[in-house]
Amino acid sequence: MAITSIMIVGVGGQGTLLASKILGNVAVSQGYDVKLSEVHGMAQRGGSVVTYVRYGDKVYSPIIAPAGADIVLAFEELEASRWANFCKKDGTLIVNTQRIDPMPVVTGAKNYPLKTMNELVEKQIKLIPVDALALAKQAGTVKAVNVVLIGVLAKSSNIPKEVWIESIKNTVPERFLEMNMKAFELGYNV
Amino acid sequence: MKEIMLGNEGVARGVFEAGATVVASYPGTPSTEITETIAKHNEIYSEWAPNEKVAMEVVIGASIAGARSFTAMKHVGLNVCADPLFTVSYTGINGGLVIAVADDPGMHSSQNEQDSRHYAMSAKIPMLEPSDSQEAKDFTKLAYELSEKYDVPFMLRLHTRVSHSRSLVDVGERTEVPLKEYKKDINKYVMMPGMARKRHVVVEERQAALQELAEQTELNYIEMNDTKIGIICSGICYQYAKEALPNASFLKLGMIYPLPAKKIAEFAKKVDKLYVIEELDPFIETFVKAQGIEVTGKDLFSVMGEYSVEMIAKAISGTNIETLDVKFEEELPPRPPVLCPGCPHRGLFYVLKKLKLTVTGDIGCYTLGALSPLDSIDACVCMGASIGMSLGMEKARGKDYARKLVAVIGDSTFIHSGITGLIDVVYNKGTSTVIILDNSITGMTGHQHNPSTGFTIKNEPTKQVDLVQLCKAIGVERVRVVDPFDVVETEKVIKEEVAADEPSVIIAQRPCALLKSVRYTGKVTVNQDKCTKCKMCMRIGCPAIAWKDGKIMIDHTQCNGCGLCLNVCKFGAMEKVGE
Ligand SMILES: Cc1ncc(C[n+]2csc(CCOP(=O)(O)OP(=O)(O)O)c2C)c(N)n1
Repeated sequence: MAITSIMIVGVGGQGTLLASKILGNVAVSQGYDVKLSEVHGMAQRGGSVVTYVRYGDKVYSPIIAPAGADIVLAFEELEASRWANFCKKDGTLIVNTQRIDPMPVVTGAKNYPLKTMNELVEKQIKLIPVDALALAKQAGTVKAVNVVLIGVLAKSSNIPKEVWIESIKNTVPERFLEMNMKAFELGYNV
Repeated sequence: MKEIMLGNEGVARGVFEAGATVVASYPGTPSTEITETIAKHNEIYSEWAPNEKVAMEVVIGASIAGARSFTAMKHVGLNVCADPLFTVSYTGINGGLVIAVADDPGMHSSQNEQDSRHYAMSAKIPMLEPSDSQEAKDFTKLAYELSEKYDVPFMLRLHTRVSHSRSLVDVGERTEVPLKEYKKDINKYVMMPGMARKRHVVVEERQAALQELAEQTELNYIEMNDTKIGIICSGICYQYAKEALPNASFLKLGMIYPLPAKKIAEFAKKVDKLYVIEELDPFIETFVKAQGIEVTGKDLFSVMGEYSVEMIAKAISGTNIETLDVKFEEELPPRPPVLCPGCPHRGLFYVLKKLKLTVTGDIGCYTLGALSPLDSIDACVCMGASIGMSLGMEKARGKDYARKLVAVIGDSTFIHSGITGLIDVVYNKGTSTVIILDNSITGMTGHQHNPSTGFTIKNEPTKQVDLVQLCKAIGVERVRVVDPFDVVETEKVIKEEVAADEPSVIIAQRPCALLKSVRYTGKVTVNQDKCTKCKMCMRIGCPAIAWKDGKIMIDHTQCNGCGLCLNVCKFGAMEKVGE
């Protein structure tokens, strides 16, 4: 099988690492060769965070370069714009439309760009906008933003739904399972 | 059984399976998880040492005593322990000794981009370089056998993309290795000129043997394919190049010092055009050229930053990948890292900026105090440098200048290499002020204990360095302790100590907000009736406080109720709710 390259981007503290872990486990369970790459240290302190997941018969590079991702899963809108050029020409950009102001915007030195999503649509890029925060609330907890987005990703991936559900069952504690399954379904059906 | 693990976990697994029993390290991204993972094994003694030099000395001692031992560090850590490194090359080892060093091309979390391969060459210590997690484990285990066979420590060169990438690893069993016999042997272990001269002969003989090993070892292998293009590479660049040039022939080097001259010549003969693909310095390329072999390397590739599959494909095959047109009309603001909500350092930097002091800085989370809106650090070079630099500034510009000069240094960094700087201040009659930011943990690298926290790597209680007593014992008579969230008191104390015509230390004490023991409650809201929109609260640079639609607003997903803004607002407009 050709290699599938998925990039997960967001803001430090948003839980992108967990999403890449679940995705990695899903790929391993399918018998694929898998490589994941993460950023630790300085880059985590509220900065822009990127993780790469690649799977297929044989994976060499653990990282993805511009125009190399089949899917870019963005946990935040500005980060989606920042990393959009990592999407392949026919790739998919999944965007949680949540906005988190970076420090230069907080201090008023810069403005948060408001029109970039429209520009991406105009350029006919395959874009899936998701209000993951609202869907997570609907599922019962704002903390499930993560799982909502995994639901969206599952739908866009080439791995069967049951495998994803199994992996979530193995990762989240029993008492949160119902809420998380609801979040996953909401994401899957976007 | 195959498990998916970090390259760092692979190294840790290799150390475990090889039967090592003593491990000492100082944390440093991207190497930290190696020692953290090892610490979970009770079969191995492990510790966080105060710095890399001490760590290295501990494992040298353990090796002489007959144990398989190990230390890991980031690239700049190797500078700190370069002194023992160069001479352990002369003494050789008894129990196998492996030294892992993680380079950080692209500087994801480092202050420079140095290439640690030069150390292997100058210290005459062999070096292996894995390219994924499986090799990380296998090379580590093999390094122990080779170390004992050749009576030399082996270095393992890692890379951010190997250390922090996960891939599949075949997990094996641990082999218990008995301690080797220890025999007193001053000709081998006491390096004075008379003995060292003899040991240098041994080193040079060993070099010849290692050269032969480089030629024979299966770590260096040729993969013949199309003979038009031949690539010499190692580590992560092998992974990039294999994907970029699937049809090319490869000489993959698992052992990068010493380099195999004959094998390189043999490979060069088999291919039409020879390339070396290596990040950072032209280490392999220079060697190949010195053999009189024509090769292309840095003519095509940068000595700075990281490479990628696409970059290599473009440079060598001229393949251009079609990219999306994603230029936006609006500017995309950067997202620099920031001090976390509730970070104790924030209060201190707010005061330092207010007082317009010159601040020599150091390395840790608090280096972020250099960025806007805190803007309060003037210089930052390496761990421990803040104190020496402040003394140097005072000596250059005079005592009056010291009246507006402070050094800031974290607790872990102070223990690492700040103490000697402080001794210099006292001994050489400096008068500047040192502020120790004591957040009760080594924060930057992800919460490791250090001698000032009172706990070991295994979370066992131990003696705690008393920073006040320590500074007094050195000869600092003015030692004050403040809470950096009490900005009024902190300002007063800093003013007094900076004015004093003698050395002083201020310990700014408040634990890291991410520690489990720290429980702030409630959230802050702005009473808009009381808010005068003076924006004083924005000067603390809290990510939860923003200016929106002409008002100060608090983002409740970020606010953790630490309450610093309550202490900064002069109009009582910040109110705590939900406590
Ligand atoms: C020689 C060297 N070793 C290790 C590191 C990695 N490192 C950077 S900051 C730091 C520790 C910072 O801890 P502390 O001084 O307590 O400050 P905090 O981050 O907690 O504010 C370490 C280990 C380094 N940069 N240089």
